[in-house]
Amino acid sequence: MKALETKNLGITFGGLKAVDGFTISIEQGQLYGLIGPNGAGKTTVFNMLTGVYKPGSGAFFLEGQPLLGKSPVEISKCGIARTFQNIRLFDKQSVLDNVKLGLHNRFPYSAISGVLRLPSYFKNEKLMDETAIELLKVFDLDGEAYTIAANLPYGKQRKLEIARALATQPKLLLLDEPAAGMNPNETAELMENIRFIRDRFKISILLIEHDMSLVSGICEEITVLNFGKILTSGKTADVLSDPEVIKAYIGE
Amino acid sequence: MKAATKHNLVTYAIVIALFAAAQLASATGVLGSHLSGLLVPISYYIILAVSLNLTVGILGELSLGHAGFMCVGAYFSAMFSVITRDVITTPLLRLCLAMLIGGLVAAVFGVLIGIPVLRLRGDYLAIVTLAFGEIIKNLFNAIYVGIDKNGLHFSMKNAMSMNLDKATGKTLINGALGISPVPRDSTFTICFVVILITLFVVMNLTDSRAGRAIMSVRDNRIAAETIGVSITKYKLMAFTVSAFFAGIAGVLYAHNISMLNTKIFNYNTSIMILVYVVLGGLGSIRGSIIATLLLYLLPELLRSFNDYRMLFYAIILILAMLLNNNEKFKSLVSSVTGRLLHRKGKEAAEN
Ligand SMILES: Nc1ncnc2c1ncn2[C@@H]1O[C@H](COP(=O)(O)OP(=O)(O)O)[C@@H](O)[C@H]1O
Ligand SMILES: [Mg+2]
Repeated sequence: MKALETKNLGITFGGLKAVDGFTISIEQGQLYGLIGPNGAGKTTVFNMLTGVYKPGSGAFFLEGQPLLGKSPVEISKCGIARTFQNIRLFDKQSVLDNVKLGLHNRFPYSAISGVLRLPSYFKNEKLMDETAIELLKVFDLDGEAYTIAANLPYGKQRKLEIARALATQPKLLLLDEPAAGMNPNETAELMENIRFIRDRFKISILLIEHDMSLVSGICEEITVLNFGKILTSGKTADVLSDPEVIKAYIGE
Repeated sequence: MKAATKHNLVTYAIVIALFAAAQLASATGVLGSHLSGLLVPISYYIILAVSLNLTVGILGELSLGHAGFMCVGAYFSAMFSVITRDVITTPLLRLCLAMLIGGLVAAVFGVLIGIPVLRLRGDYLAIVTLAFGEIIKNLFNAIYVGIDKNGLHFSMKNAMSMNLDKATGKTLINGALGISPVPRDSTFTICFVVILITLFVVMNLTDSRAGRAIMSVRDNRIAAETIGVSITKYKLMAFTVSAFFAGIAGVLYAHNISMLNTKIFNYNTSIMILVYVVLGGLGSIRGSIIATLLLYLLPELLRSFNDYRMLFYAIILILAMLLNNNEKFKSLVSSVTGRLLHRKGKEAAEN
């Protein structure tokens, strides 16, 4: 079964076809790249896959399950998690609480139990704390568990966002320009992290990167988007040597 | 111990110490009868500010009609107490039941307003709560309610047109004259206990799974949704709890003055509560308590300045607002309390 299949996804904003005929298929455990110039429609694809935007046409399936028309909350419960191009953390809450929010639906207990401090509160909070710290360790953030998220340096904020997304235990992780604003060292480390996450959590990853050289390092397959349409899809090496792709990038 | 737990314990300790000090000062006559009479009002304003902070500071939605929920709680509970005055003769029991009724009715209004409005994005809640506050006030101003052996009677014209039975009839709400006499069941001690309960609920809720979810809606709605937090559910939860306690504050108010009318339930009161919350710090429960205390007492302490009283009050408000938003002042405050905070941080990290 495919991890993700999209069939002719499309959306229009005020007459502009932001994405049109978007069809891809991602294997289980695959690291898949989505590249293309600015404004090509990459983030819009993520917004459709997470229910933030309702696609105007097409359909998409997570491990065979149709997700079209579901709300972001339902889609999260089905197993898609994401990060954002412009980091969206819960700024005023601690690093630990950000990750615990990612665990929101994995260790549920009622608000009443929380207010009255019933046993389920203590049990689930303990499990949440342990699981969250475990995740923070993967990203070397456990030392800053009690820091307010807004006070983290930029690179760590990006990592925290990935940790929070992983906390939801997704089948498919969508990363929107995770290396944006990072220096080459940080980027190299991040790419290692991404590979590690895929192997350790056994998930599929769809990665948006503006910079082609980064994608070529870790993605097995890529799709190139240009003006909302797929220019080409295939094995990374083949796609990157495609003259059409080179033209689209140089023409940028 | 968790840092949040410790912070909350300090807040309880402050409230208990303030209560003890006020009781002592009141009993020994240091406070004088005028200031002693302010203890109950200060208490219900603290409950109002803490509960409003849940909506404005913790959920991050603007509500301009907190006095409306207070009004609903006050009127429904006062009717209950007037009806049952001869049946339930224990004032404490009557007040407890009145609070339950006042709180629940206010919560129902919270749900009724919240369900349609909280689904929308933007400042609709501010507009609707503002309207709600005015409508509810005018409604209670215009309505006549009475009870007799046949049940409840309503009229929008006058008391006569309710056609109450001569022998068993009793007017509950007499139009703009309101409800009187309401049994004066509120005491400072009861208010103190209710403050503790309010703090318990609001602080424990905030420091739990639901509280984190409520704050995530405030901090980033889209991110909250994509990690599976149901926005409407948590907005509604915070808003309803907030309305519930505003209703309870209304009950304490109604049972502290024997003649209940709608005068206090206006826009100015809602704004004043909002001022307490903003100056105390959005999201800071302890700040709401302290700000309410200081700002409520300030006009009293400025009494000797007579005509210039409100001018001073305005100047102090503006200064407080400026200081509250000044980074240098904030860092000064935090360096003063720095050692305490530092210790707390370290302990938290060790856990
Ligand atoms: N909510 C929206 N309303 C109108 N236009 C939008 C909206 N979201 C995206 N677009 C447009 O869709 C196009 C693709 O944007 P985006 O997906 O952000 O590009 P990319 O992520 O590839 O840089 C752009 O022209 C953008 O202006
Ligand atoms: Mg983008």
